Amino acid sequence: MLLAIDLAFIIEKLVLIVIVVMASLVIAMYATYGERKIAAILQDRRGPNRAGPFGILQPVADGLKLFFKEEIIPDFSSKFLFILGPSMAMLTAIMTGAVIPWGNKIHFFNRDISLQIADVNVGILYVFAVVSMGVYGIMIGSWASNNKYSLMGGLRAASQIISYELAMGISLIALLMITGTLSLKEMVAQQQAGYWNIFYQPLGFLIFLICAFAECNRTPFDLAEAENELIGGYHTEYSSMKLGFYLFSEYINMFVSSVIMATLFFGGYDIPFLNEANYDQNWMALFGLIALMTKVICLIFLFMWVRWTIPRFRYDQLMNLGWRILIPLALFNMLVTGALILLKQSNWHF
Amino acid sequence: MQALTNRLKEVDRRKMNFLERLYLISIFKGMMITFSHIFKKKPTIDYPEKTRPFSPVFRGLHILNRDEAGRENCTACGLCAVACPAEAITMEAAERQANEENLYREEKYAAKYEINMLRCIFCGLCEEACPKDAIYLSETVPPADYQRKQFIYKKEELLIPHPIENFEAYKKALGNRVKKETDNFKI
Repeated sequence: MLLAIDLAFIIEKLVLIVIVVMASLVIAMYATYGERKIAAILQDRRGPNRAGPFGILQPVADGLKLFFKEEIIPDFSSKFLFILGPSMAMLTAIMTGAVIPWGNKIHFFNRDISLQIADVNVGILYVFAVVSMGVYGIMIGSWASNNKYSLMGGLRAASQIISYELAMGISLIALLMITGTLSLKEMVAQQQAGYWNIFYQPLGFLIFLICAFAECNRTPFDLAEAENELIGGYHTEYSSMKLGFYLFSEYINMFVSSVIMATLFFGGYDIPFLNEANYDQNWMALFGLIALMTKVICLIFLFMWVRWTIPRFRYDQLMNLGWRILIPLALFNMLVTGALILLKQSNWHF
Repeated sequence: MQALTNRLKEVDRRKMNFLERLYLISIFKGMMITFSHIFKKKPTIDYPEKTRPFSPVFRGLHILNRDEAGRENCTACGLCAVACPAEAITMEAAERQANEENLYREEKYAAKYEINMLRCIFCGLCEEACPKDAIYLSETVPPADYQRKQFIYKKEELLIPHPIENFEAYKKALGNRVKKETDNFKI
Protein backbone atom coordinates (compact mmCIF):
# COMPACT_ATOMS: atom_id res chain seq x y z
CA MET A 1 0.00 0.00 0.00
CA LEU A 2 2.70 2.39 1.00
CA LEU A 3 4.76 1.31 -1.99
CA ALA A 4 1.92 1.98 -4.41
CA ILE A 5 1.54 5.54 -3.20
CA ASP A 6 5.23 6.11 -3.41
CA LEU A 7 5.36 4.75 -6.96
CA ALA A 8 2.80 7.25 -8.23
CA PHE A 9 4.64 9.98 -6.42
CA ILE A 10 7.95 8.95 -7.94
CA ILE A 11 6.49 8.80 -11.45
CA GLU A 12 4.90 12.19 -10.99
CA LYS A 13 8.17 13.72 -9.84
CA LEU A 14 10.18 11.99 -12.54
CA VAL A 15 7.90 13.32 -15.24
CA LEU A 16 8.16 16.77 -13.72
CA ILE A 17 11.96 16.58 -13.56
CA VAL A 18 12.21 15.48 -17.18
CA ILE A 19 9.90 18.29 -18.27
CA VAL A 20 11.73 20.94 -16.27
CA VAL A 21 15.16 19.84 -17.48
CA MET A 22 14.01 19.61 -21.08
CA ALA A 23 12.21 22.93 -20.86
CA SER A 24 15.21 24.72 -19.43
CA LEU A 25 17.43 23.22 -22.13
CA VAL A 26 15.08 24.28 -24.89
CA ILE A 27 14.67 27.73 -23.40
CA ALA A 28 18.43 28.09 -23.10
CA MET A 29 18.73 27.02 -26.73
CA TYR A 30 16.31 29.65 -27.83
CA ALA A 31 17.90 32.18 -25.51
CA THR A 32 20.99 31.94 -27.73
CA TYR A 33 18.79 32.62 -30.71
CA GLY A 34 17.07 35.45 -28.87
CA GLU A 35 20.40 36.91 -27.86
CA ARG A 36 21.63 37.03 -31.42
CA LYS A 37 18.36 38.38 -32.69
CA ILE A 38 18.14 41.06 -30.01
CA ALA A 39 21.77 42.01 -30.52
CA ALA A 40 21.05 42.37 -34.20
CA ILE A 41 17.93 44.44 -33.69
CA LEU A 42 19.62 46.76 -31.22
CA GLN A 43 22.45 47.25 -33.69
CA ASP A 44 20.23 47.78 -36.74
CA ARG A 45 21.05 44.39 -38.18
CA ARG A 46 18.87 41.46 -39.21
CA GLY A 47 20.35 38.65 -37.16
CA PRO A 48 20.14 34.96 -38.05
CA ASN A 49 17.44 34.51 -40.69
CA ARG A 50 18.72 31.74 -42.94
CA ALA A 51 17.99 28.48 -41.10
CA GLY A 52 14.23 28.03 -41.28
CA PRO A 53 11.69 30.85 -41.20
CA PHE A 54 13.17 33.83 -39.30
CA GLY A 55 16.17 31.65 -38.50
CA ILE A 56 14.13 29.60 -36.05
CA LEU A 57 16.29 26.53 -36.65
CA GLN A 58 19.53 28.40 -36.00
CA PRO A 59 20.05 27.06 -32.44
CA VAL A 60 19.52 23.51 -33.72
CA ALA A 61 22.14 24.08 -36.38
CA ASP A 62 24.51 25.60 -33.82
CA GLY A 63 24.00 22.64 -31.50
CA LEU A 64 24.62 20.16 -34.32
CA LYS A 65 27.74 22.02 -35.29
CA LEU A 66 29.07 21.82 -31.74
CA PHE A 67 28.37 18.08 -31.64
CA PHE A 68 30.18 17.40 -34.89
CA LYS A 69 33.26 19.43 -34.14
CA GLU A 70 36.46 17.72 -33.17
CA GLU A 71 36.77 17.11 -29.48
CA ILE A 72 40.19 18.25 -28.32
CA ILE A 73 41.56 17.50 -24.89
CA PRO A 74 44.96 19.19 -24.59
CA ASP A 75 47.88 16.88 -23.80
CA PHE A 76 49.05 19.00 -20.93
CA SER A 77 45.68 19.22 -19.26
CA SER A 78 44.47 17.20 -16.32
CA LYS A 79 42.00 15.06 -18.21
CA PHE A 80 39.56 14.07 -15.50
CA LEU A 81 39.16 17.61 -14.25
CA PHE A 82 39.04 18.92 -17.80
CA ILE A 83 35.91 16.88 -18.39
CA LEU A 84 34.55 17.48 -14.91
CA GLY A 85 34.56 21.26 -15.40
CA PRO A 86 31.87 21.65 -18.05
CA SER A 87 29.87 18.75 -16.61
CA MET A 88 29.70 20.51 -13.29
CA ALA A 89 28.80 23.83 -14.84
CA MET A 90 25.93 22.16 -16.66
CA LEU A 91 24.84 20.06 -13.70
CA THR A 92 24.62 22.96 -11.30
CA ALA A 93 22.86 25.08 -13.89
CA ILE A 94 20.15 22.47 -14.32
CA MET A 95 19.90 21.59 -10.62
CA THR A 96 18.61 25.02 -9.66
CA GLY A 97 15.31 24.38 -11.37
CA ALA A 98 14.36 21.86 -8.68
CA VAL A 99 12.98 24.26 -6.10
CA ILE A 100 11.32 26.75 -8.39
CA PRO A 101 7.52 26.75 -8.24
CA TRP A 102 6.44 26.72 -11.88
CA GLY A 103 2.81 26.99 -10.99
CA ASN A 104 0.25 26.11 -8.38
CA LYS A 105 -1.17 22.61 -7.99
CA ILE A 106 -2.86 20.94 -10.90
CA HIS A 107 -5.53 18.26 -10.54
CA PHE A 108 -4.98 15.12 -12.63
CA PHE A 109 -6.04 11.47 -12.10
CA ASN A 110 -7.60 12.42 -8.75
CA ARG A 111 -4.29 13.69 -7.51
CA ASP A 112 -3.15 17.16 -6.66
CA ILE A 113 0.17 17.52 -8.44
CA SER A 114 2.38 20.35 -7.33
CA LEU A 115 4.22 22.04 -10.18
CA GLN A 116 7.38 22.17 -8.16
CA ILE A 117 9.89 19.38 -8.03
CA ALA A 118 10.72 19.87 -4.36
CA ASP A 119 9.12 22.38 -2.03
CA VAL A 120 12.17 22.64 0.19
CA ASN A 121 11.61 24.93 3.13
CA VAL A 122 15.04 26.45 2.61
CA GLY A 123 14.46 26.79 -1.13
CA ILE A 124 16.27 30.05 -1.64
CA LEU A 125 19.27 28.84 0.35
CA TYR A 126 19.38 25.76 -1.86
CA VAL A 127 19.42 27.99 -4.93
CA PHE A 128 22.27 30.01 -3.46
CA ALA A 129 24.23 26.90 -2.62
CA VAL A 130 23.84 25.41 -6.08
CA VAL A 131 24.59 28.65 -7.89
CA SER A 132 27.77 29.06 -5.86
CA MET A 133 28.72 25.52 -6.86
CA GLY A 134 28.46 26.63 -10.46
CA VAL A 135 31.67 28.60 -10.18
CA TYR A 136 33.50 25.37 -9.35
CA GLY A 137 32.75 24.19 -12.85
CA ILE A 138 34.44 27.26 -14.24
CA MET A 139 37.33 27.12 -11.79
CA ILE A 140 38.01 23.42 -12.24
CA GLY A 141 37.78 23.66 -16.00
CA SER A 142 40.03 26.68 -16.18
CA TRP A 143 42.61 25.19 -13.86
CA ALA A 144 42.60 21.85 -15.66
CA SER A 145 43.21 23.55 -19.00
CA ASN A 146 46.72 24.40 -17.82
CA ASN A 147 46.61 27.66 -19.73
CA LYS A 148 47.35 31.05 -18.27
CA TYR A 149 44.43 32.75 -19.97
CA SER A 150 42.03 30.10 -18.75
CA LEU A 151 43.41 30.36 -15.25
CA MET A 152 43.06 34.12 -15.28
CA GLY A 153 39.47 33.76 -16.43
CA GLY A 154 38.74 31.21 -13.75
CA LEU A 155 40.28 33.38 -11.04
CA ARG A 156 38.29 36.35 -12.16
CA ALA A 157 35.08 34.35 -12.19
CA ALA A 158 35.75 33.04 -8.70
CA SER A 159 36.63 36.38 -7.13
CA GLN A 160 33.74 38.05 -8.88
CA ILE A 161 31.23 35.53 -7.63
CA ILE A 162 32.57 35.70 -4.08
CA SER A 163 32.34 39.51 -4.09
CA TYR A 164 28.86 39.71 -5.51
CA GLU A 165 27.39 36.80 -3.62
CA LEU A 166 27.82 38.83 -0.43
CA ALA A 167 25.82 41.77 -1.67
CA MET A 168 23.26 39.44 -3.17
CA GLY A 169 22.86 37.57 0.10
CA ILE A 170 22.50 40.73 2.14
CA SER A 171 19.95 42.19 -0.26
CA LEU A 172 18.05 38.97 0.05
CA ILE A 173 18.11 39.06 3.85
CA ALA A 174 16.08 42.24 3.73
CA LEU A 175 13.55 40.46 1.57
CA LEU A 176 13.49 37.46 3.88
CA MET A 177 12.83 39.70 6.86
CA ILE A 178 9.67 40.87 5.15
CA THR A 179 8.44 37.50 3.96
CA GLY A 180 9.61 35.53 6.99
CA THR A 181 10.07 32.39 4.92
CA LEU A 182 12.74 30.74 2.80
CA SER A 183 10.34 28.60 0.79
CA LEU A 184 9.81 29.96 -2.69
CA LYS A 185 6.30 28.58 -2.88
CA GLU A 186 5.24 30.42 0.25
CA MET A 187 6.80 33.62 -1.04
CA VAL A 188 4.66 33.37 -4.15
CA ALA A 189 1.60 32.66 -2.05
CA GLN A 190 2.28 35.78 0.00
CA GLN A 191 2.67 37.88 -3.10
CA GLN A 192 -0.54 36.46 -4.53
CA ALA A 193 -2.37 37.62 -1.42
CA GLY A 194 -0.65 40.98 -1.09
CA TYR A 195 1.55 43.11 -3.26
CA TRP A 196 4.62 42.02 -5.20
CA ASN A 197 7.87 42.23 -3.28
CA ILE A 198 9.33 44.68 -5.76
CA PHE A 199 7.13 47.36 -4.14
CA TYR A 200 8.58 46.63 -0.71
CA GLN A 201 12.13 46.11 -1.86
CA PRO A 202 12.96 48.26 -4.89
CA LEU A 203 16.53 48.86 -3.79
CA GLY A 204 16.90 45.23 -2.82
CA PHE A 205 15.74 44.24 -6.28
CA LEU A 206 18.21 46.56 -7.94
CA ILE A 207 21.10 45.13 -5.94
CA PHE A 208 19.88 41.61 -6.57
CA LEU A 209 19.61 42.32 -10.27
CA ILE A 210 23.13 43.72 -10.52
CA CYS A 211 24.50 40.79 -8.57
CA ALA A 212 22.58 38.37 -10.76
CA PHE A 213 24.27 39.88 -13.80
CA ALA A 214 27.61 39.32 -12.12
CA GLU A 215 26.75 35.77 -11.04
CA CYS A 216 25.75 34.82 -14.56
CA ASN A 217 29.01 36.26 -15.93
CA ARG A 218 27.02 38.49 -18.21
CA THR A 219 28.18 41.79 -19.63
CA PRO A 220 29.00 44.28 -18.03
CA PHE A 221 30.54 41.70 -15.67
CA ASP A 222 31.82 39.17 -18.19
CA LEU A 223 35.44 39.58 -17.19
CA ALA A 224 35.85 35.84 -16.90
CA GLU A 225 35.64 35.51 -20.67
CA ALA A 226 36.83 38.93 -21.77
CA GLU A 227 37.73 38.10 -25.35
CA ASN A 228 40.07 40.98 -25.95
CA GLU A 229 42.20 40.33 -22.90
CA LEU A 230 41.88 36.62 -22.21
CA ILE A 231 41.09 35.11 -25.62
CA GLY A 232 38.15 32.99 -24.46
CA GLY A 233 38.75 33.22 -20.73
CA TYR A 234 38.05 30.02 -18.86
CA HIS A 235 36.94 28.13 -21.97
CA THR A 236 39.93 28.98 -24.16
CA GLU A 237 41.03 25.35 -24.41
CA TYR A 238 37.59 23.88 -24.83
CA SER A 239 36.07 22.73 -28.07
CA SER A 240 33.07 20.81 -29.30
CA MET A 241 30.22 20.07 -26.92
CA LYS A 242 32.32 20.73 -23.83
CA LEU A 243 32.52 24.32 -24.94
CA GLY A 244 28.83 24.04 -25.78
CA PHE A 245 28.12 22.98 -22.20
CA TYR A 246 29.87 26.05 -20.83
CA LEU A 247 28.03 28.40 -23.16
CA PHE A 248 24.80 26.58 -22.58
CA SER A 249 25.10 26.63 -18.82
CA GLU A 250 25.51 30.39 -19.00
CA TYR A 251 22.16 30.66 -20.74
CA ILE A 252 20.51 28.22 -18.37
CA ASN A 253 21.89 30.25 -15.47
CA MET A 254 20.45 33.35 -17.00
CA PHE A 255 17.09 31.67 -17.38
CA VAL A 256 17.14 30.33 -13.85
CA SER A 257 18.14 33.65 -12.31
CA SER A 258 15.37 35.32 -14.28
CA VAL A 259 12.93 32.79 -12.87
CA ILE A 260 14.27 33.36 -9.36
CA MET A 261 13.94 37.12 -9.72
CA ALA A 262 10.44 36.76 -11.11
CA THR A 263 9.54 34.51 -8.19
CA LEU A 264 11.13 36.61 -5.49
CA PHE A 265 10.17 40.07 -6.65
CA PHE A 266 7.46 39.82 -9.30
CA GLY A 267 5.07 37.35 -7.75
CA GLY A 268 6.20 34.22 -9.60
CA TYR A 269 3.19 32.61 -11.25
CA ASP A 270 0.86 35.24 -9.84
CA ILE A 271 -1.36 36.87 -12.45
CA PRO A 272 -1.79 40.53 -11.49
CA PHE A 273 -5.28 41.89 -10.72
CA LEU A 274 -6.81 38.42 -10.66
CA ASN A 275 -7.93 36.26 -7.78
CA GLU A 276 -6.82 32.80 -8.82
CA ALA A 277 -8.97 31.01 -6.26
CA ASN A 278 -12.18 31.91 -8.14
CA TYR A 279 -11.33 29.96 -11.27
CA ASP A 280 -10.61 26.41 -12.36
CA GLN A 281 -7.42 25.08 -10.82
CA ASN A 282 -5.84 23.50 -13.91
CA TRP A 283 -6.50 26.49 -16.14
CA MET A 284 -5.12 28.83 -13.53
CA ALA A 285 -1.97 26.71 -13.27
CA LEU A 286 -1.55 26.99 -17.03
CA PHE A 287 -2.14 30.73 -17.09
CA GLY A 288 0.09 31.12 -14.06
CA LEU A 289 2.85 29.35 -15.94
CA ILE A 290 2.30 31.65 -18.89
CA ALA A 291 2.42 34.68 -16.56
CA LEU A 292 5.65 33.41 -15.03
CA MET A 293 7.17 32.82 -18.45
CA THR A 294 6.16 36.29 -19.61
CA LYS A 295 7.91 37.82 -16.62
CA VAL A 296 10.93 35.60 -17.24
CA ILE A 297 11.12 36.55 -20.90
CA CYS A 298 10.96 40.23 -19.98
CA LEU A 299 13.81 39.73 -17.53
CA ILE A 300 15.86 37.77 -20.06
CA PHE A 301 15.30 40.59 -22.50
CA LEU A 302 16.58 42.97 -19.84
CA PHE A 303 19.70 40.81 -19.48
CA MET A 304 20.34 40.98 -23.20
CA TRP A 305 19.38 44.61 -23.51
CA VAL A 306 21.94 45.52 -20.86
CA ARG A 307 24.52 43.32 -22.51
CA TRP A 308 24.27 45.17 -25.79
CA THR A 309 24.23 48.58 -24.13
CA ILE A 310 26.87 48.68 -21.45
CA PRO A 311 30.54 48.00 -22.07
CA ARG A 312 32.51 45.70 -19.81
CA PHE A 313 33.80 46.97 -16.48
CA ARG A 314 37.47 47.20 -15.76
CA TYR A 315 38.57 44.77 -13.10
CA ASP A 316 39.17 47.37 -10.38
CA GLN A 317 35.85 49.02 -11.21
CA LEU A 318 34.16 45.69 -10.77
CA MET A 319 35.68 45.16 -7.36
CA ASN A 320 34.96 48.75 -6.34
CA LEU A 321 31.35 48.39 -7.29
CA GLY A 322 30.99 45.10 -5.49
CA TRP A 323 32.74 45.86 -2.23
CA ARG A 324 32.45 49.60 -1.82
CA ILE A 325 29.06 50.40 -3.28
CA LEU A 326 26.83 47.35 -3.42
CA ILE A 327 27.63 45.84 -0.04
CA PRO A 328 27.18 49.11 1.91
CA LEU A 329 24.04 49.76 -0.08
CA ALA A 330 22.71 46.30 0.69
CA LEU A 331 23.54 46.74 4.37
CA PHE A 332 21.77 50.09 4.37
CA ASN A 333 18.78 48.52 2.72
CA MET A 334 18.75 45.76 5.31
CA LEU A 335 18.95 48.18 8.23
CA VAL A 336 16.18 50.38 6.87
CA THR A 337 13.97 47.38 6.26
CA GLY A 338 14.66 46.08 9.75
CA ALA A 339 13.90 49.45 11.29
CA LEU A 340 10.62 49.76 9.40
CA ILE A 341 9.57 46.26 10.42
CA LEU A 342 10.34 47.06 14.04
CA LEU A 343 8.37 50.28 13.83
CA LYS A 344 5.44 48.47 12.33
CA GLN A 345 5.55 45.74 14.97
CA SER A 346 5.48 48.27 17.75
CA ASN A 347 2.33 49.70 16.15
CA TRP A 348 3.89 53.01 15.38
CA HIS A 349 1.85 54.36 12.52
CA PHE A 350 3.17 57.12 10.35
CA MET B 1 46.13 78.66 -27.88
CA GLN B 2 43.85 79.61 -30.67
CA ALA B 3 41.50 76.93 -31.82
CA LEU B 4 41.82 75.88 -35.43
CA THR B 5 38.25 74.77 -35.75
CA ASN B 6 35.10 75.52 -33.79
CA ARG B 7 34.66 71.85 -32.95
CA LEU B 8 36.72 72.02 -29.79
CA LYS B 9 34.92 70.62 -26.79
CA GLU B 10 35.94 71.43 -23.26
CA VAL B 11 36.30 68.20 -21.23
CA ASP B 12 34.34 68.30 -18.01
CA ARG B 13 36.74 67.19 -15.31
CA ARG B 14 34.65 68.04 -12.31
CA LYS B 15 34.35 65.34 -9.67
CA MET B 16 31.25 63.26 -10.16
CA ASN B 17 28.57 63.72 -7.56
CA PHE B 18 26.82 60.84 -5.83
CA LEU B 19 24.07 60.43 -8.42
CA GLU B 20 26.57 60.40 -11.24
CA ARG B 21 28.77 57.93 -9.44
CA LEU B 22 25.87 55.51 -9.23
CA TYR B 23 25.92 55.45 -13.06
CA LEU B 24 22.27 54.44 -12.98
CA ILE B 25 21.03 57.51 -14.81
CA SER B 26 23.61 57.25 -17.55
CA ILE B 27 22.99 53.53 -17.86
CA PHE B 28 19.29 54.21 -18.20
CA LYS B 29 19.99 56.84 -20.85
CA GLY B 30 22.20 54.43 -22.75
CA MET B 31 19.56 51.73 -22.58
CA MET B 32 16.99 54.11 -23.97
CA ILE B 33 19.29 54.81 -26.90
CA THR B 34 19.71 51.12 -27.68
CA PHE B 35 15.98 50.59 -27.21
CA SER B 36 15.21 53.30 -29.74
CA HIS B 37 17.20 51.32 -32.29
CA ILE B 38 14.59 48.57 -32.20
CA PHE B 39 12.30 50.80 -34.22
CA LYS B 40 14.91 52.05 -36.64
CA LYS B 41 14.86 51.00 -40.24
CA LYS B 42 17.48 48.40 -41.01
CA PRO B 43 19.77 49.22 -43.90
CA THR B 44 20.46 45.57 -44.70
CA ILE B 45 19.38 44.21 -48.08
CA ASP B 46 18.57 40.48 -47.93
CA TYR B 47 21.03 39.69 -50.64
CA PRO B 48 20.13 36.59 -52.56
CA GLU B 49 16.43 37.45 -52.47
CA LYS B 50 16.86 41.14 -53.13
CA THR B 51 19.68 42.80 -54.98
CA ARG B 52 20.80 46.36 -55.04
CA PRO B 53 20.38 48.05 -58.42
CA PHE B 54 23.65 48.50 -60.25
CA SER B 55 24.80 51.94 -61.19
CA PRO B 56 24.37 52.77 -64.90
CA VAL B 57 28.11 52.67 -65.44
CA PHE B 58 28.54 49.29 -63.81
CA ARG B 59 30.89 46.96 -65.69
CA GLY B 60 30.25 43.28 -65.07
CA LEU B 61 30.69 40.00 -66.90
CA HIS B 62 31.35 40.21 -70.63
CA ILE B 63 28.89 39.18 -73.30
CA LEU B 64 29.57 38.51 -76.95
CA ASN B 65 26.78 40.19 -78.82
CA ARG B 66 24.71 39.01 -81.79
CA ASP B 67 22.81 41.08 -84.29
CA GLU B 68 19.01 41.04 -84.75
CA ALA B 69 19.15 37.87 -86.85
CA GLY B 70 21.18 36.12 -84.20
CA ARG B 71 24.49 36.18 -86.05
CA GLU B 72 27.68 36.66 -84.08
CA ASN B 73 29.14 40.15 -84.39
CA CYS B 74 32.71 39.27 -83.56
CA THR B 75 35.15 39.11 -86.45
CA ALA B 76 38.17 38.13 -84.38
CA CYS B 77 40.03 41.28 -85.30
CA GLY B 78 41.89 41.15 -82.01
CA LEU B 79 41.49 44.82 -81.11
CA CYS B 80 39.99 43.94 -77.77
CA ALA B 81 42.91 41.67 -76.98
CA VAL B 82 45.31 44.46 -77.88
CA ALA B 83 43.40 46.98 -75.84
CA CYS B 84 43.21 44.71 -72.81
CA PRO B 85 45.66 45.98 -70.16
CA ALA B 86 45.44 42.74 -68.22
CA GLU B 87 45.96 40.55 -71.28
CA ALA B 88 42.99 38.45 -70.37
CA ILE B 89 41.58 37.91 -73.84
CA THR B 90 42.77 35.33 -76.36
CA MET B 91 41.12 34.35 -79.60
CA GLU B 92 41.55 32.34 -82.74
CA ALA B 93 40.07 33.45 -86.04
CA ALA B 94 38.49 31.26 -88.68
CA GLU B 95 36.98 31.82 -92.12
CA ARG B 96 33.26 31.57 -92.56
CA GLN B 97 32.17 28.67 -94.75
CA ALA B 98 29.49 28.95 -97.44
CA ASN B 99 26.70 27.46 -95.33
CA GLU B 100 27.43 29.52 -92.20
CA GLU B 101 25.98 32.88 -93.24
CA ASN B 102 23.23 32.53 -90.65
CA LEU B 103 25.80 32.01 -87.89
CA TYR B 104 28.36 34.75 -88.43
CA ARG B 105 27.80 38.24 -89.69
CA GLU B 106 31.03 38.68 -91.61
CA GLU B 107 33.49 36.47 -93.49
CA LYS B 108 35.79 36.08 -90.54
CA TYR B 109 34.74 34.92 -87.09
CA ALA B 110 36.21 33.89 -83.77
CA ALA B 111 36.54 30.14 -83.61
CA LYS B 112 37.87 30.39 -80.12
CA TYR B 113 37.34 33.29 -77.78
CA GLU B 114 38.46 33.11 -74.16
CA ILE B 115 38.51 35.61 -71.33
CA ASN B 116 40.34 34.80 -68.15
CA MET B 117 38.09 36.30 -65.50
CA LEU B 118 40.81 36.10 -62.88
CA ARG B 119 43.02 38.36 -64.96
CA CYS B 120 40.27 40.66 -66.16
CA ILE B 121 40.07 43.95 -64.29
CA PHE B 122 36.69 44.90 -65.76
CA CYS B 123 38.00 48.20 -67.12
CA GLY B 124 35.79 48.08 -70.21
CA LEU B 125 38.55 48.95 -72.67
CA CYS B 126 37.65 45.92 -74.80
CA GLU B 127 34.17 47.30 -75.10
CA GLU B 128 35.56 50.65 -76.22
CA ALA B 129 38.02 49.09 -78.64
CA CYS B 130 35.48 46.87 -80.42
CA PRO B 131 34.56 48.28 -83.84
CA LYS B 132 31.90 45.64 -84.47
CA ASP B 133 29.68 46.21 -81.45
CA ALA B 134 30.54 42.65 -80.43
CA ILE B 135 31.70 42.75 -76.80
CA TYR B 136 29.97 44.37 -73.91
CA LEU B 137 30.32 44.35 -70.18
CA SER B 138 26.94 43.34 -68.80
CA GLU B 139 25.28 43.85 -65.43
CA THR B 140 26.13 40.50 -63.89
CA VAL B 141 28.93 39.58 -61.55
CA PRO B 142 31.13 36.55 -62.30
CA PRO B 143 29.98 33.79 -59.99
CA ALA B 144 32.32 32.14 -57.52
CA ASP B 145 33.90 28.84 -58.43
CA TYR B 146 36.20 26.18 -57.04
CA GLN B 147 38.88 25.92 -59.70
CA ARG B 148 41.01 28.42 -61.56
CA LYS B 149 40.32 26.83 -64.92
CA GLN B 150 36.63 27.39 -64.42
CA PHE B 151 37.30 31.10 -64.59
CA ILE B 152 38.58 30.96 -68.15
CA TYR B 153 35.31 31.71 -69.90
CA LYS B 154 34.89 30.09 -73.28
CA LYS B 155 32.88 31.40 -76.18
CA GLU B 156 29.88 29.28 -75.18
CA GLU B 157 29.73 30.99 -71.80
CA LEU B 158 30.27 34.46 -73.18
CA LEU B 159 27.91 34.34 -76.12
CA ILE B 160 24.59 36.05 -75.61
CA PRO B 161 21.45 33.84 -76.02
CA HIS B 162 19.95 33.77 -79.48
CA PRO B 163 17.57 36.75 -79.94
CA ILE B 164 15.04 34.82 -82.03
CA GLU B 165 15.16 31.42 -80.36
CA ASN B 166 15.32 32.72 -76.82
CA PHE B 167 14.29 36.35 -76.78
CA GLU B 168 13.67 36.66 -73.02
CA ALA B 169 17.12 35.41 -72.09
CA TYR B 170 18.64 37.60 -74.82
CA LYS B 171 16.89 40.69 -73.46
CA LYS B 172 17.97 39.86 -69.95
CA ALA B 173 21.59 39.30 -70.91
CA LEU B 174 21.63 42.47 -72.96
CA GLY B 175 20.64 44.61 -69.98
CA ASN B 176 20.13 48.37 -70.09
CA ARG B 177 23.70 49.24 -70.81
CA VAL B 178 24.08 47.59 -74.20
CA LYS B 179 20.86 48.96 -75.57
CA LYS B 180 21.90 52.50 -74.86
CA GLU B 181 25.30 51.96 -76.40
CA THR B 182 23.91 50.37 -79.56
CA ASP B 183 21.59 53.34 -80.01
CA ASN B 184 24.59 55.62 -79.87
CA PHE B 185 26.43 53.37 -82.24
CA LYS B 186 23.68 53.44 -84.79
CA ILE B 187 23.52 57.23 -84.68
